[in-house]
Amino acid sequence: MHILAASSFDTGLFFQQIENGITLGAIYALVALGYTMVYGIIELINFAHGDVFMWSTIVTLSVAQALHIDHVLGGFALVGTLLLLLIVGILTSGGLNVLIERVAYRPLRRAPRLIPLISAIGVSFILENVAQLWKTANVIAYPVFFPTNAITIGSLTITYLDIFIFVLAVALMVGLNVFTNRTKMGRAMRATAQDPEAAALMGVNINQTISLTFLIGGALAGAAGVVYSMYASSVYFLSGFQLGLIAFTAAVLGGIGNIQGAVLGGFLIGIIEALATQYVPNGLAWSQGVAFAILILILIFRPSGLLGQQVPDKV
Amino acid sequence: MAMLELQNVDTFYGPSQVLRQVSLSVEQGEIVTLLGANAAGKTTTMKTIFGLVKPRNGTIVYDGERIDHLPTDQIIKRGLVLVPEARRVFSRMTVRENLDMGAYMQTDRATIAKEIERVYTLFPRLKERDKQLAGTLSGGEQQMLAIGRALVARPRMICMDEPSLGLSPILVQLVFDTIQEIRKSGVTVFLVEQNANMALNIADRGYVLQTGKIILSDKASALITNDVVRAAYLGG
Ligand SMILES: Nc1ncnc2c1ncn2[C@@H]1O[C@H](COP(=O)(O)OP(=O)(O)O)[C@@H](O)[C@H]1O
Ligand SMILES: [Mg+2]
Repeated sequence: MHILAASSFDTGLFFQQIENGITLGAIYALVALGYTMVYGIIELINFAHGDVFMWSTIVTLSVAQALHIDHVLGGFALVGTLLLLLIVGILTSGGLNVLIERVAYRPLRRAPRLIPLISAIGVSFILENVAQLWKTANVIAYPVFFPTNAITIGSLTITYLDIFIFVLAVALMVGLNVFTNRTKMGRAMRATAQDPEAAALMGVNINQTISLTFLIGGALAGAAGVVYSMYASSVYFLSGFQLGLIAFTAAVLGGIGNIQGAVLGGFLIGIIEALATQYVPNGLAWSQGVAFAILILILIFRPSGLLGQQVPDKV
Repeated sequence: MAMLELQNVDTFYGPSQVLRQVSLSVEQGEIVTLLGANAAGKTTTMKTIFGLVKPRNGTIVYDGERIDHLPTDQIIKRGLVLVPEARRVFSRMTVRENLDMGAYMQTDRATIAKEIERVYTLFPRLKERDKQLAGTLSGGEQQMLAIGRALVARPRMICMDEPSLGLSPILVQLVFDTIQEIRKSGVTVFLVEQNANMALNIADRGYVLQTGKIILSDKASALITNDVVRAAYLGG
């Protein structure tokens, strides 16, 4: 019986789900970074972050539609389209995030912690409602312009798009790492996250640094929005709500405020979700439930996350 | 003209008033100390000078310019720096990164390297630990780092909030020796202390703060023999 059970396990399928999970996880990680960076610097769960991500998907959709992109591209057209959509997505979400901080969070910085959280929830509703007014409540197709080819290794299929998403995400993460650890501005950002008053006493402009954090977090979500739309080949005005909660779970799993943690958490949640889809009965319906089950379990058993929280020092 | 001058400063936290009509001045090249018991408002005085809390009334003038409406980073840019209470080193950064943060306002790499080298000469312990996270240092080492971090900013005036707090007698001596060195190098010093004896020994002048009011101001040598000061701060 045991032998039978073992031989019925399809390793090809297993690795295929791992591969799917890595692609999904790369997207979650990009969004999780925005949650974790913002929490790390002002201890706010930016409830609107998922919707900031979603706005990249709908704005880039409009750009693609305006340019009549509706078929698979190659060569310069492909590279140009990718660059254009990424730039538009990054500017949309980065700019939006900076604007939100400026109008909805900064005036409340000295208020009790619950107050800006409520403001964030309000911003989330506004972003969703405006998106719905603009794009309706329907799921809208996102043009498939990326080559749909794949490479196969045994029974494992890896699409070119999966490879692109992974390479882009890793490149952005490496860039973020170099920025935070090797540049003066990145160092000022870390200092502000640890102790804003002490950072100000070094001459750091705290407001500017917080804006920069929102800009970077938003930009990463914007890039994620573009590749997610390509991956799902659709956009939906509530996509940011679901994906945002999963990415937030990833940030908590890794340890909120911890940049490496968000990356680890993103990939882990992606893989867990993909495996759950395969191996939990009726898994597709459950995959988000699994994410929340994980969130609850972490909050109970390891509230500081896998790699430890990094929040401002208490003085 | 005074290097730093506070005039009739009132500072509140919400509804509660902590500083009441505080006036004091520090001349260029001086060491001036502000003495006072716990909760007298010494740290609040420092925070008010550096814009971390805004005074409700009164003026603060540094180097001929009003600074009471400036944000903290703009005050630092003018060459006035603070070694804050409880050190406040960046615990998740290395010693070297903390010093780099101190040099945040400096743009010339060669100058920064020279200043950091100077701090390492002053506190060789820091050099030995330059790649260690500041959070893993002992209290005394953290205090050296906090002072070093302020020095690499190349200040013209340095304020210190209880730099000797919680240190062993040997380290307290080192801190006070360092303060005298700092003054000799031409930097003006404003020192908040509970260790009145040590502070008055190195200071030119002193002020005594009691529940938010300046109740005494005099030459340090006069304060040492003042009956009120002796009774309240020098153990009779
Ligand atoms: N952030 C704050 N909010 C409210 N009250 C404060 C705050 N900081 C200090 N206080 C109060 O102000 C008074 C003076 O505090 P402080 O300036 O820290 O005194 P000191 O440095 O002389 O010990 C104390 O009564 C303290 O409780
Ligand atoms: Mg104090």
